[in-house]
This record gives sequence, structure tokens and C-alpha cells, in this order.
Amino acid sequence: MAIAGVLSVGLLASACGGSSSDTSSTASGASSGDCSAYTQYGDLSGKTISVSAGIVTPEDTAYIDSYKPFEDCTGAKVTYDGNKDFETQILVRARAGNPPDIAIVPQPGLVKQLVATGAAKPAPKAVADNVDKFWSPEWKAYTTVDGKYYGAPSGASVKSLVWYSPSEFKDSGYAVPTTLDELKTLSDKMVSDGKKPWCAGISSGEATGWPITDWMEDMMLRSAGPAEYDKWVNHQIAFNSAEPTKALDMVGEYLKNPAYVNGGLGDVTSIATTTFQDGGLPILDGTCSLHRQASFYAANWPKGTTVAEDGDVFAFYLPGKTAGDKPVLGGGEFNVAFSDRPEVQAFQTYLSTDTWANNKVAATPNGGWISANKGLDASKLSSPIDKLSADLLQDPKTVFRFDGSDQMPAAVGSNSFWKQATAWITGQSTKDTVDNIEASWPTS
Amino acid sequence: MTTLEKLTSMAGALLLFGAVMGLILYIAGRFGERRAGKPVAFLFLLPTALLVAVGLVYPALRTIYQSFFDAGGTSFVGLDNFATIFTSSDELTVLRNTVLWVVVTPFIATAVGLLYAILVDGARMEAFAKALIFLPMAISFVGASIIWKFIYAYRPDQANVKQIGVLNQIVVWLGGTPVNWLVGSPLNTLLLIVILIWIQAGFAMTILSAAIKAIPGDIVEAARLDGVTTLGMFRFVTLPSIRPAVVVVLTTIGIATLKVFDIVRTVTGGSFNTSVVAYEFYSQTFSSSNQGLGSALAVLLFVLVIPIVAYNIRQMRATEAR
Amino acid sequence: MTTFTPPPVLEKKNDPPVPPPPLSGSEVAESAAKRLSRPWATAAALIIAVLWTIPTFGLLVSSFRPEKLTKTTGWWTFFSNPTVTLDNYRAVLTTEGSSGLGKYVINSFIIVIPSVVIPLVLATLAAYAFAWVKFPGRNVLFIAVFALQIVPIQVTLLPLLKLYVKGDLVGFPAIWISHSIFALPLAIFLLHNFMREIPAELIEAARVDGAGHVKILTAVLLPLLKPAIAAFGIFQFLWVWNDLLVALVFAGGGSDVAPITKGLADLSGTRDSAWHLLSAGALVAIIVPVVVFLSLQRYFVRGLLAGGLKG
Repeated sequence: MAIAGVLSVGLLASACGGSSSDTSSTASGASSGDCSAYTQYGDLSGKTISVSAGIVTPEDTAYIDSYKPFEDCTGAKVTYDGNKDFETQILVRARAGNPPDIAIVPQPGLVKQLVATGAAKPAPKAVADNVDKFWSPEWKAYTTVDGKYYGAPSGASVKSLVWYSPSEFKDSGYAVPTTLDELKTLSDKMVSDGKKPWCAGISSGEATGWPITDWMEDMMLRSAGPAEYDKWVNHQIAFNSAEPTKALDMVGEYLKNPAYVNGGLGDVTSIATTTFQDGGLPILDGTCSLHRQASFYAANWPKGTTVAEDGDVFAFYLPGKTAGDKPVLGGGEFNVAFSDRPEVQAFQTYLSTDTWANNKVAATPNGGWISANKGLDASKLSSPIDKLSADLLQDPKTVFRFDGSDQMPAAVGSNSFWKQATAWITGQSTKDTVDNIEASWPTS
Repeated sequence: MTTLEKLTSMAGALLLFGAVMGLILYIAGRFGERRAGKPVAFLFLLPTALLVAVGLVYPALRTIYQSFFDAGGTSFVGLDNFATIFTSSDELTVLRNTVLWVVVTPFIATAVGLLYAILVDGARMEAFAKALIFLPMAISFVGASIIWKFIYAYRPDQANVKQIGVLNQIVVWLGGTPVNWLVGSPLNTLLLIVILIWIQAGFAMTILSAAIKAIPGDIVEAARLDGVTTLGMFRFVTLPSIRPAVVVVLTTIGIATLKVFDIVRTVTGGSFNTSVVAYEFYSQTFSSSNQGLGSALAVLLFVLVIPIVAYNIRQMRATEAR
Repeated sequence: MTTFTPPPVLEKKNDPPVPPPPLSGSEVAESAAKRLSRPWATAAALIIAVLWTIPTFGLLVSSFRPEKLTKTTGWWTFFSNPTVTLDNYRAVLTTEGSSGLGKYVINSFIIVIPSVVIPLVLATLAAYAFAWVKFPGRNVLFIAVFALQIVPIQVTLLPLLKLYVKGDLVGFPAIWISHSIFALPLAIFLLHNFMREIPAELIEAARVDGAGHVKILTAVLLPLLKPAIAAFGIFQFLWVWNDLLVALVFAGGGSDVAPITKGLADLSGTRDSAWHLLSAGALVAIIVPVVVFLSLQRYFVRGLLAGGLKG
């Protein structure tokens, strides 16, 4: 008993005492072995940096672990706090003058709101330089507000994916489609085989409706092209103009087609009440064949499901208009700082390096995390779906676009777009839907 | 922070609070005479007044002020936000739903609580029977909403697909086709109301059961000698005696109903025409960053409580007059 | 709060051993129960009890079912295909990793105790002033306090947090103060109504004996109000125990201060993919409130005003 007590106290002390030089030297010797990449940050002993995010257990462990080499080599201590009401809470805290040092913000739109509170601090030059070096230019634009740059991208996800069952495809002789037309033909073939090919679910508490916004963005990107897509996102063309209307109708050809949906889940309206987490599960039961959802859906399959090209489920790239087109819709998080203390800037810089991206991958041994950082060593990725996503992000032919609703003003991107999309799936016409969303766009 | 530090800070806070209260009671105790009303009232109300002034009155006034400004809170827009509420068809549905909630919930929850309190009163295992009805109160609103979302869950009538919601399973057992309950308005609002009734009946039952037990025995005895029937006993003895408690319960549940937003947020997210003022306020303020409209909706909540306040004033007057 | 412990004599007098005094309110119950002992009364009680228990019962069954079955079949299929697993409970009690669910439970207690005691004491004083002290503007003030019940917590978050940041009170003190503030209007309203029920003669008699307000409150009213205080105490306990919003906003981001509700909210993972764990988590979280209810129930089961009044 006594010995165990002493031991546990000792463990606690070493786990918490990253600041003491004694433990840091041994720990760094054990983990990264080499602190040369960290000497630029100087000695930050006794300094504390607080990080806040919406990422909670069990994914938070990988973040905390990826900070360890920085803590061990610089002597700084990083505290991580994740909670699921982060998006509401961070705004209240920023306005009240009580923000964390660094927040991992999941939407460019929210970054703009945080900048508007006056609490966010522009990123130091070292961060901007790293972003120029490691990311394609469009990534930098997402967090540039009024000419100032507010923080490097963190993780990324690929949204242009369709989940399917490789064994079903093999048994039924289906081929992975390479154009949008082929996707349609495949769906029709499945119908003639007596199946309901597609399944979907958009229920997600107050965010109910968002999966449809992703569908629409994917279709917009494919039918109208990236330039038109950008205009739509920035409201340079009206939400109810021809191209967005056409894109939503294209979604309707799938999601509002009673012959196509909702395999294993019900009729068209069941899309509205099925949680997005459950939306793809019928693939496992064989009552549904196709489910369009982002790479992070990999975490939704029940334990024991093999996610691989030859496993129970896998995903293929939602094809472009032609086989040569490669538009990819994605999402991601950004590290925004609310303090310009030297240790915070140093840590922010660390998070924008390839070193951190690779540390993060190493800290996520079961997969489920990638970055658009070009310095990311894709060969180190352990899960097939992460590899597929990273390949898509790093493919030179890829035209990447960020989730449009995440960039629109909050009144649209996290309210009317979701709500109208939900009304649309339960029967509202496409015209009324785009008209209502256009009407809700803030005037200022 | 270690557990010991936490406990120390809690003990410290309680000691400090106890010392302040002790001081207040000591000073108030010096006013022994009958005419010491004013200073004693001042001392007794001072801490409360300070706390609610800072924590409730000031934010409420600030909200009223903001309701006349635009989304960012920068330019004055007069009554525009209120005009939006009363002209947009979405917001009118929100108002309709709120009225439905506030009319249905308090009465049914109180009726069930009262009925149950009478039925189990004096029965064997009364404590256990009451604990069963009380149990939902111990579950958070979010937890309760998740439970009921499962009850209403819908799976299609398809081979290889089984119902996971008990309500649809019953429909299927009875030979019907499963229904997507949460989509059809206004039935879906009633189904959401059921959740709050399920939670609040325990509150009503607890308070009313206590009130029933407090009815003086001699009244009951006299009524019994007069040969009053069961129903008569309820109407002429029980109900009049516990009337104040019933008013308290109705009022409390009524106000709680006006404020409830977690249920709507968790079960439907305000979709399918199920939103209520409190949820709309939350969503406009925190999701849409529309501070002006959010504040106007909060002001509407203040207004909606006026009938409840007025009713209570009348009750108070009646009691004073007795 | 030692200040409020009634003198031992009074306590004894008002805390007689069961059974309750003859001809008290329970007599109504007994006679009613006798008359209502017809089958339909029992049936009605049973129906309500069953309806109210089924949802929780489903939760209990679900908490022992494996993930795959929970996600594809209803809990009632358990009876034809009983597959029991403790995996959910294991996951709930261990996924917290280094922090552990135990830490959250301790935080919840640290949050809940002052958040119940402070508003109860303050509300008792205020309710007494409103009920039995004569002063100008009494009714207007009381109605104002009562109407404050409607202020939604969300509108107070920003102004309060700004103040706490200025006063460096973020953390437990901010949470205690906030919960106390939010509880006061309802607590005052409820306690005031119970206090008004106490016959004026009793107060008058004490006054004639020369008792001041403090004496009347502590020696005469408090013992009689014990059931009411216990009743409000348990409700406030439940509301604070189940709160997440207040704790999150005023905790200052430290998981050092986070209550069990946060642990539960996080259980299902960032994207709610592990929601099958919620059933086990919810049951773990309600154990404490149920124990508190059962242990406090005896205080108010005899009636909010039982005791010395009904002689």
C-alpha cells in the first residue's frame, strides 16, 4: 500500500511537472529523442498555454499527446479543455474577456465572428510563413480577415466521399463510378436489382440539416465549377439564382427520389428524422448500398467493422462531371490565438509546422486524423480511409474547396441553410427553399 | 486543483457565507420591538436584492435595450425585431407552439401529479411508488429527451428492419404501419410536451402530496361524518385545502414551460415546426449571432409571463383578504 | 448553517417518530385509500406508475445491451434474446482516462452543496421578510422578485461572466454565485407561499411573548418549514446536479471544475458516435439524485406543514 502510494505520487508529479528541467530532459529523451526542432522556441519553463476545443474524448488524447514533445523540449505546459458546447461557449468567453490562449475553431465563419469580438489576435509572421510553405494558397484565405491572418489550419476532413460495401460491389458486379453520370447509372442499376441504393440521415440536434448543405455544396462544385462556387459562398451571386437552384435540384434527384431512398430507414421524410450518425449504418445490414458522408464517418461504424478497400465498408471519391475533374469538398479546424504572449506565439508556430502534423499522426495510431499540411508523411497514416483522404488532398489535380456553409454568415450557415434544407427534405419546393435562404442573408 | 484544495475552498466559501449571515441575524436581532419592520426587512432582503439586481435585473434591462438594435447590436432599429416576430410565418408558428406548450403542460402535469398523489396516499410502499414518478426529475432534460427520442424512433416497414422505438413497435403489434412521429405538425409538438409532462409530474406530485398530508384531520373527520362521497371529499375538502399549493405548482411549471428549450433542441432541433420562443431565442442569439432578434424573443418571454404574474397577484389579494 | 438549527426542544417536538399524529393529513389519505381501494383506483395508480417507469426501464435494459443490438433492435427484444454485457458500464467508468469519472462526481458535489445552501438561506430570510415583516412597497417588491423567474439564464451569461472576469472569480465561486442567483426568485416564491400558510396567531403569540423577528424566524417558523426547505432543497439539488450550461460557461474552461454532466456529454464522443454509452452514463448520473431524494423524502412525506400546527 505505502509503496504503491509513493509510486503513484511520483507518477503524478512527473506527469504534471513538465516544467521541471529534470523530468523534461528524461521525458524528451524517451519520446522524441531530439529537441533540435524545438530550440527556435527557446526556454519556456514555467509558462502555461491553455487550449480549448470542441473535440472531446477519446479524440482529445491524441491532441494532448501531440503537444508533449513541445512541452518536453521547451518546458512549457499546455492545458487542454474540450467540450461539446465549444462553439457557443467560445463566443461568450471571447466577448466577456475570458478566452483561452488558443482555440481550435472548426469553421472559418466562426473565426470571423471571433475576430469581430476583438479578442482574437493576428498570428505571428512565423505562422503565416509556415502556412505559405505547407498549405495550398486557398487554405490561407479562410482565416484572413481584413488583410490580417488569424491562424493556421489544424486537422482536415474530406467530404466528397461515398461509403459503400466492397463485398456487395464485388458480388453484384458493380464498379466504382468515375463520373457523375456513372453514379446515376449505378444507382438506377441498383434500383433495377430491387434495391434502395441510397441511405441518408440529417438529424443532428440544433444542427439538423447540415448533411444536405454538404450535398448541395458538392453538387454546386461539380455542376457550376469552383469559381461559381466561391461567388455563391461569398454571396456575389444570389442564393436563389440559377446555379445554386440547379445544384439543389441535383441533390433532389438523389435524396428526394423515392426509388433511391431511404434504404433500411424509410421513405424520403425519414431522412429528416434519422441521425446523421445512423444514416449509413444500413450498409452493414445490406439494406442500403450508398451513403455520401465525410471521411470522419469512419468513426461511426460499430466496433469490429473493418474499414478498408477489401473490408466491410469503404468509401470512394464522389466523382466529378468528367473523370478528369477532381473537385474535393472538405472541412477543417483552425488554431486561433487570443493572446500574443511569446509562449503562445511559439506554440501557435509549432502547431503550424510539419513536425506537429506528423506528431499528431503518430499520436493517433488508430487513424481518424489527417491534415492538408503538405509536410504530412502520408506513408505514416495507419488507416486506409485516412490514406485515401490524404491522397485526395495532396493530389495535384485536386481542386479543393472548403465547406461553404461554414464560411457563410452564421444567420445562414448555421441557421437558415440548415432549417430550410430540413424543410426541403420534408416536402418544401426547391424554389421556396432557395428563396427563403436568400431572404435570410444578412444585409450588412 | 486537488480534491483537498477544492474542499477547502468550498468550506471557506460556506464559512464566509455563514459569517455574513450570522452578522445579519445578529444585527437584526438587536431590533427586538414590534415596530422594527423596516430595518429588519432591509437587512433580510439586502443580499438577495444585490444578487438579483446584478444577476437578473441588469441583464434583463440590457436585453430589453438590445431588442431595439440590429443583429450586431450597433444600430438602432426601433421595433423592427418585434415586427419580424409577428410577421414571419415561421415565428408565428413558434408563438403558436409556445401557447400550446404553456396551456397544456402545467395542467396535465399537475393533474397527473395530483391524481397519483391521492391514489398512492397511505398505500403500502407509498415511498417506493412516489419514487417511481419522481425518477424522471432526477434525469436531466437532455437525458430525458434522448430517452424519448428513442421511444418515438421510426424504422420503415421493410424486410430485415426492426423497430427500435417502443411506440412504433406497439403500432406494428397492433397491425398498423409505423409512423414517423416527429415530422407531423402539430402532433410532434404534443409529443414533445409529453416529455416535459413526464418530467414535471414528479414535481407536482411531491408538492401536492405534501399539501394533502397537511390537511387538518378534523375537517376530514367532519366531512366523513356527513357522509361525503369520495368525489365529494375531493371536491369539497381536498381541493379547497390544497388550492394554494395547486396554484404554486401550476405557476412554477408554467414558468418552467415557457423557459424550456433543451427538449426542443435535443429532439428536433426546432425542425418540423416544433420550435418555441425559448429555443428560438437561444438559436438566434447563439447560433445565428442575431443579438437583436434574440433579445426581442427574450422580451417576448417576459411579456408572456405577465398573465401568470397577474393571476398570482389576484390569488395573493384573495389570500390577504381572508 | 448552525444559525438555522432550531432549538433541540422544538426539534423533538416537531419530529415525532412514525406513525404521524392521529387525525393528521394522512388520515385523509387512509380513509381515501380505503374508499378508493376499489380495483379501478389501484389500476389507475398502476397504469400511471407503469407509464412513467417504462422509459427509464428501457434505459436500464439498454444499458446492458451490446452496441450492435442497441443500434439495430428495440430494448424489448432483450427478453426474447437476452444478451447481457457490462461493456457500456466499463466504458463509461474508464473512458475518462487520466481524469476519471470520480473527479467529475467530486466536482459536482463541490458545486452543488454551496449552490443549494446559499440560495436556501437567502431565500428563507427574504421570504420571511415578504411574508411576515411589514414594510412599504412589500407587495410590489415581492411581485418583482417573483416575475424575475422568467429571465432566461442565457441572457445573463455574458454580463455575469464579464463581472466575474473583472473580480477574478471565475471557477467554483462564479458557479456558486450564479446558481444562487438563478434559484432565488423561485425559492423565495415557494418558501413565501408556505410561510403564508402558517397561521398568523402563532406568530402573534410569539410576538406577545416578546420575540423579535429573528427569534420568530429561527424558533417558530423554521421548524415548521423544515419539510418545505427539504422539498426545495432537493429540487435545487436536482437542477444544479443536472446543469451543464452554467458550469461550462463560468468554469473558465478548466476541466478541473467541470461537473459530471460534462463527463456525460463528452461520453458519446465528438460526433456522438458512441451514443449507446449514454444509457449507462445516464444511470450512473442519476444514482446520487435518487439517493438524495429517498433520504430526504421522509422530511416532507409527513406534510409541508405537519407537526405542531394540527393539534
